[in-house]
Amino acid sequence: MTTIDYNAEPLLHVEGLKQHFKISRTYTTKAVDGISFDIYQGETYGLVGESGSGKSTTGRAIIRLYDPTDGKIIFDGHDISGKLSKEDEAYLRQNMQMIFQDPMACLNPRKKVKEIIAQGLQIHHLYSSQEELDEKVNRILDKVGLSREHATRYPQQFSGGQRQRIGIARALVMNPKLVIADEAISALDVSIQAQVVNLMKDLQDELGTTYLFIAHDLSMVKYISDRIGVMHLGHIVETGTTEEIFSNPIHPYTRSLLSAIPHPNPIVEKSRVSLEYNKEKEGVDYTKGTVHNLTKTHYVLATDEEFEKWSKIAAEHPDVF
Amino acid sequence: MSLQKRNKDERVLSIRDLNISFETSSGMVKAIRGVRMDLYRGETIAIVGESGSGKSVTVKTIMGIMASNGRIDSGTINYTFTNENGERETVDLTKMTQKEIRYRFNGKHIAMVFQDPMTSLDPTMTIGRQIMEPILLHENVSKEEAQARALKLLEEVGIENPEKRFKQYPHQLSGGMRQRVVIAIALSCNPDMLICDEPTTALDVTIQAKILELIQKLQKEHNIAVIYITHDLGVVAKVADYVDVMYAGRIIEKGDVNEIFYDPRHPYTWGLLASMPDTDTDSKRLFAIPGTPPNLLERIEGDAFAPRNPYALAIDYKAEPPMYNVGGKHRVASWLCDPRAPKVNPPEQLMERMKKMRTESAKYDND
Repeated sequence: MTTIDYNAEPLLHVEGLKQHFKISRTYTTKAVDGISFDIYQGETYGLVGESGSGKSTTGRAIIRLYDPTDGKIIFDGHDISGKLSKEDEAYLRQNMQMIFQDPMACLNPRKKVKEIIAQGLQIHHLYSSQEELDEKVNRILDKVGLSREHATRYPQQFSGGQRQRIGIARALVMNPKLVIADEAISALDVSIQAQVVNLMKDLQDELGTTYLFIAHDLSMVKYISDRIGVMHLGHIVETGTTEEIFSNPIHPYTRSLLSAIPHPNPIVEKSRVSLEYNKEKEGVDYTKGTVHNLTKTHYVLATDEEFEKWSKIAAEHPDVF
Repeated sequence: MSLQKRNKDERVLSIRDLNISFETSSGMVKAIRGVRMDLYRGETIAIVGESGSGKSVTVKTIMGIMASNGRIDSGTINYTFTNENGERETVDLTKMTQKEIRYRFNGKHIAMVFQDPMTSLDPTMTIGRQIMEPILLHENVSKEEAQARALKLLEEVGIENPEKRFKQYPHQLSGGMRQRVVIAIALSCNPDMLICDEPTTALDVTIQAKILELIQKLQKEHNIAVIYITHDLGVVAKVADYVDVMYAGRIIEKGDVNEIFYDPRHPYTWGLLASMPDTDTDSKRLFAIPGTPPNLLERIEGDAFAPRNPYALAIDYKAEPPMYNVGGKHRVASWLCDPRAPKVNPPEQLMERMKKMRTESAKYDND
C-alpha cells in the first residue's frame, strides 16, 4: 500500500467550481454550484450523492468535457480551467483518463480491442515502433486480467465485466496520473463488481494511480476510498476521511444517505427504517452555508446555527445504521 | 418475524419442474432447468441471481410476456385466483397461450413493476390517464369513478398534491415519483400477485429505501403475494420472507430468509454474500467469485457452478447434484451436502461476518 502524503501539493486542486447549463433565456440549471476539494497523489477520492447532485458533472467538468462556468482547476501544476493552451490540453489529455459507466456503450463496436486500447497512444505518439505499441497493449491486457488472444476480438464478444476491464485498460495504458471512474461498476453484476474493484485497487498499489471514484453505492465507495465527498444539489455538503464520514456523520443528508444502505442482515434490516431528509422542510439553504471544520480533514457545509443543531443531533444519535 | 405455517388454500402460485429453452441463431439455449417454486398470499419471495441466470425469464413466463423464440419444454405453473363468481380457481398457465394469459390475468390479477420507470410509462399520456386505463379496461366502472380511484391511489403511494400530478406527464416527475406512479398503476385493479423486476436498481439509495418501504406497506394492507427479482442482497434482507438463489437456470439454494443469510450452504451463495462490501468490515480485499457465468449454449456437464467453485469435488464435473433437504425449508443443490462429502467451511471473511451478523441481530431479538 502506498502511503499518501497529505502535506504535499495536491495532484488536483478544485476551487469554487461552477458548472451552469443554460436551458432557456430565463432558466439556468446550476448543476455544480461552487465546490472546492483537493485530491492528493495516490489516494482514492469518492464522490457520492443521489442522481442530479452534480457528481458526474463535476467529473466531466474536471476532465474538460464541459467548459466550467467559473472556478479554478489546477492539475499537477497546470491550470486547466478557462481556455486551454495547447501544451496544457496535451498534458491534460494524456494524464487524466476516464472510465465510463456503461461498458456496452463506451467501446466502439467496429474496432478491435487492441485498436481501442492503442488509440490514445497513437493520438499522442507515445511509441516509437509497431512492436512497442503491441507490447504496451499486451502488457496492459495482462494487467487487467485479459489474455492476449482477446486483443483481436470485438467488444460485443465480451461479457460486461470483461468489457469494463477493456475500459480500464484503455484508461491505464496512457499511464495517467488521475483516473476518473464515473459509476464504473454500477452496471455490473455483484460478483463481477467485486472482481473489478479488486482489480482497480491492485492496479493502484502497483502503479500509484490516483482515482476520483464517482458512485452512488456507498458501501462500495467505503471499501475503495480514502476520503469521501458527499454531494447534494451541486454542493459538497460534507467531506472527510472514510472513517470520519462513516463513524461521525454530521450533515443530515449524509446521515440519511448512510441510513438508506440496505444491510445483508435480515433481522436487523426488517426492523430498521431509513432516516428522511428534506431540504425544503428543514429550511436549509446551501448557498448561505460556510465551511465548518471538525478536524483537519472533516468539514461540513452549514450556517453556524445549523452546524450547532446538527452536531448536537449527531452526538445524541451516533448510530445511523 | 411472521413466518407462519403456510395454509394450502392461500397458495397463489405453484411452479413444478419448469424447463424453458430459447431458439437462437447460434443454437438452443436452455434458460430454465427444472425450477420449482411456491408462493402464498401475503408472502414475499426474492429470486436472486446474476444476469442470465434465468430469473427474469421465470417471471416473464408467468406474465405471458416471454420472448417469441422461447418454448416451454415441460413443467406446470399452477396459478390460483378468485374468479368473477367469487370461487377459487386454479389454472395451468403453461397450457394457455401468451395472449390468453395477458387478456385474462395481466393487470387484473397479476401486476408487474419494471426496472426503469421512464421506459415503462407512456410519455405521451398524463399519469392520471395511465392509472385510469387499467381500471376502465378491466372493471365496469364510470370514468368519474375511475378518476376518483386513480386520485386515491396516487395519494396511497405517497404522492403529494395528487390533483396537480394527475394532469402531469411522466417527464415532469422525478425518478422516484415515476416509480410510485408505476406502483399505483400496478395496484389499480387490486391484483393478488405483484412481480417486481429490479424495482429500485435505477433509483438512488435514499429513494430505494422509500420505495421498498412503500411496497411493503401496500403489500401488508392488500395482502398481496410479491415476487422480487434482484441481485442486491441488501434489498433481499429488507423485504423477503423466502429466497431462491438461481444460477444458470437452476435454483441452487432456497429457504427462508434467515436460513439463507445466517446459514448459507451453497458455495455460490457464500460467494454472493461474501462479495458484498460490508459497511462495517475493514478488510483489505473483497471476496470475488472467479470467472464468469457459463454459456448456456453449451451442454453443461455436471454442476454448472463447478468451474468457478473453489470447493468443487470430482463428482461436480460428472453429475448434477440433486436437491438436498438440510432441514426446515432449506434446500440446497450441492454435492457438499451429501453425507459422503468432506466437510468444508465457508470463506473466512463470510464466517466472520456471519458471526457479527448473529450478534447484531441478537440485539434486535430482545426488543
